Amino acid sequence: MNFDWLSRYLPLLLDGAIQTVSLLVISVSIGFVLAIGLAFARVSGGPIARNLARGYCTFLRGTPLLIQLWLLYYGVGSLLPMIPGIRQSFLWPILREGFFFAAVSFTLNYAAYEAEVLRGALLAVPKGELEAARAAGMGPLLLIRRIWLPRAIRIALPTIAGEVVMQLKATPLAFTVTVMDLYAVAYKVRQDTLLVYEPLLVVTVFYVFLTLLITRVFKGIEGQVPIRR
Amino acid sequence: MKALSLLVAGAVLLASTFTAQAEVRFGIMNEAYPPFFAKDAAGKWNGWEIDLMNAVCEEMKEKCSIVELSWDGLIPALQAKKFDVIWSSMSITDERLKTIDFTKKYYNTPSKLIGPKDQKPGATADAVKGKTIGIQVSTIQSDYYKKYFAKDAKEQTYQTLDEAFQDLANGRIDYVFGDSIALAEFLKSDFGKGCCADMGNVVDDPAVLGFGVGGGLRKDDTALKAKLDAAIQAVRASGKYDAISKKYFDFDIYGAK
Repeated sequence: MNFDWLSRYLPLLLDGAIQTVSLLVISVSIGFVLAIGLAFARVSGGPIARNLARGYCTFLRGTPLLIQLWLLYYGVGSLLPMIPGIRQSFLWPILREGFFFAAVSFTLNYAAYEAEVLRGALLAVPKGELEAARAAGMGPLLLIRRIWLPRAIRIALPTIAGEVVMQLKATPLAFTVTVMDLYAVAYKVRQDTLLVYEPLLVVTVFYVFLTLLITRVFKGIEGQVPIRR
Repeated sequence: MKALSLLVAGAVLLASTFTAQAEVRFGIMNEAYPPFFAKDAAGKWNGWEIDLMNAVCEEMKEKCSIVELSWDGLIPALQAKKFDVIWSSMSITDERLKTIDFTKKYYNTPSKLIGPKDQKPGATADAVKGKTIGIQVSTIQSDYYKKYFAKDAKEQTYQTLDEAFQDLANGRIDYVFGDSIALAEFLKSDFGKGCCADMGNVVDDPAVLGFGVGGGLRKDDTALKAKLDAAIQAVRASGKYDAISKKYFDFDIYGAK
């Protein structure tokens, strides 16, 4: 075991950790908002919205994330420059980066999984509570905001925590589209120093630490929302 | 005293006639590495390095033969005297110099930058200022980048050159930096012709880009080293080197002096 390289690569490792965490936070937060819309479309939307939402979830849950990422990066990414003037636009520095495509693809994918979880949770909220809210005179939006969604999220919380950890473990795929995340740094160390196990061990420690952090955060949230059975 | 010097002279004469008669055996990797060496359909070796070998042998007035071996076996077999010189596009490195000796380099492909067609050519730190350069991970070009470009430009790391070419064509990066042979090959392809152009070779720096490719020799074989060095020199001086190179490359493959 040789860890001489660690001090030299530590700044790069920390940068990699920041990239990994950014990808996770972006995809989970935006993906969650999308998932709420998708879940309601499936539970209480009209036939068109329902089928569109179901098609979306089936497609994104039914294909490998790696392929979705590459379809976006190499497919959509190669169509983008054809839009006239886009290379001169202020958005181009973001649009040209692999990070942007990784974030978009992870977000869309996470939304599909999360929508499925939320749909189950929305259906699991006892009918009586919703009827009581209606009887008290709440309109549909108020009902969703005050009763239906908070109750569903509380029911889904343990599953969501698990999904976020899964999402963390999906982030190394970003390395295939030039994002310098934790895994990419491990790969670079391996190429530079010909050491295989040591860099992998170090990033493993990073990932375990992040997972512990996520579990901690969700435990905190669960404690914030007391549930009475 | 006189007898002794006569004896020494005789020995030298004998030694030189002896080496002139023996054939020089060239060790070549038994896998094609075009355009440097490859076998044609008839099983005959050809390529740039084979042509150079023939020219060098002609110059040395030696009979030459080829011994084929796997790449990893070349250095052990050289030391076991299965052949006399490795002639297989082997780069001269400090690591290899610990175990074997090398002739003078006989080629050193420069490193070059390519970029979009409409970009101004140039391969200096000034030219790449504020731009993004695609580089294959852990190559000599990556080291060169760190030394010369890191202050001014951004590096984007790729696992393979193909991915870097793709991103260059899509405008995600402004340059690809790599070995000139591989990049020239890309520029010749239909895909490369459409999007990209040569931005020029970078200024050589042997400390990072290496010493080039030479013939590998046993450390104690100084006589052969002297003969090969002289022959390589002569082939270059006579213009034969350039004539051979023109058949395969459209740029100077010898690199900086």
